[in-house]
Amino acid sequence: MSKTLVPAGTLYRGREGQWSWVAHRITGVVIFFFLLVHVLDTSLVRVSPEAYDAVIASYKNPIMGLGELGLVAAIVFHAFNGLRVIAVDFWKQGPRYHRQMLWGVVGLWAVTMIAFSIRHLSHVFGG
Amino acid sequence: MAVPIIESPRSGRVAPEYSRTSSSRGNFEMIAWLFMRLSGAILVVLIFVHLWTSMVAGDGINGVDFGFVAGKWASPIWQIWDLTMLWLAMLHGTNGVRVIINDYAEKNSTRMGLKAVLYASTVVIVILGTLVIFTFDPCPVIDGVAHVAEYCPTS
Ligand code: HEM
Repeated sequence: MSKTLVPAGTLYRGREGQWSWVAHRITGVVIFFFLLVHVLDTSLVRVSPEAYDAVIASYKNPIMGLGELGLVAAIVFHAFNGLRVIAVDFWKQGPRYHRQMLWGVVGLWAVTMIAFSIRHLSHVFGG
Repeated sequence: MAVPIIESPRSGRVAPEYSRTSSSRGNFEMIAWLFMRLSGAILVVLIFVHLWTSMVAGDGINGVDFGFVAGKWASPIWQIWDLTMLWLAMLHGTNGVRVIINDYAEKNSTRMGLKAVLYASTVVIVILGTLVIFTFDPCPVIDGVAHVAEYCPTS
């Protein structure tokens, strides 16, 4: 029986490592642009209490509520995966367990997001 | 005949033309790399507590209004907390986006232009945010009208 050689790709390209990098990059940029807006709207506290309360009130609807959920999902992923990147770089066994750690990140992210979704959506839709 | 001795690649002096750090750039990229990891580790704590106080504790997001901000910034601890978070997140995010621009914008003029916009936005946002935290007034008087809240002095 001859074994056909199928290139498995490199260790990195097209595998978990690359996809987690793509996700880390996209979430990083999304959080950055949000942060610019977040500082601008918070700055309205220096204009007047009414101006700040008006813009915050305009966020209190289901669409913005779901947007907030997505944003928290992005931050939580970027944070957990960032800790994984740090572990890969500084922990002796890091590169060896990078894939297992990614599933750890995804698992922790899912648990955190389920708990947060219940809390946040009950505020958004519960009035 | 003696066996030739092959030195390991990293031993001895590195010829200048093979040096990885040019003298003009110094080791900026290495410092930036280290900063991303250090600031990231600190930001996890700063941001998770920030999200907890504003979106989970109490009435969650429904509790956020001017009074909520005033209550928080009445304490110097939260002022320092938010100030640190502002600076670290902005520098971390700016450096991250700088790397991404370097990766994708191949044309010199495009790259320079995008980075100029990036740095200008960073300076504006960091200065604005810092000023807002330090000049915040929980009981402002606007056009002679005093803000009314239970924590504000009456008269
Ligand atoms: C919550 C805590 C955070 C942690 C643990 C974290 C961790 C990291 C790490 C370790 C990197 C470097 C990745 C690399 O060099 O390959 C990184 C990149 C990046 N981070 Fe964060 N970060 C956090 C928060 C933030 C925030 C708040 C922003 C936005 C303001 C942000 C935006 C970015 C961007 C744009 C990159 C560049 C991504 C890339 O080059 O692909 N991060 N983060």
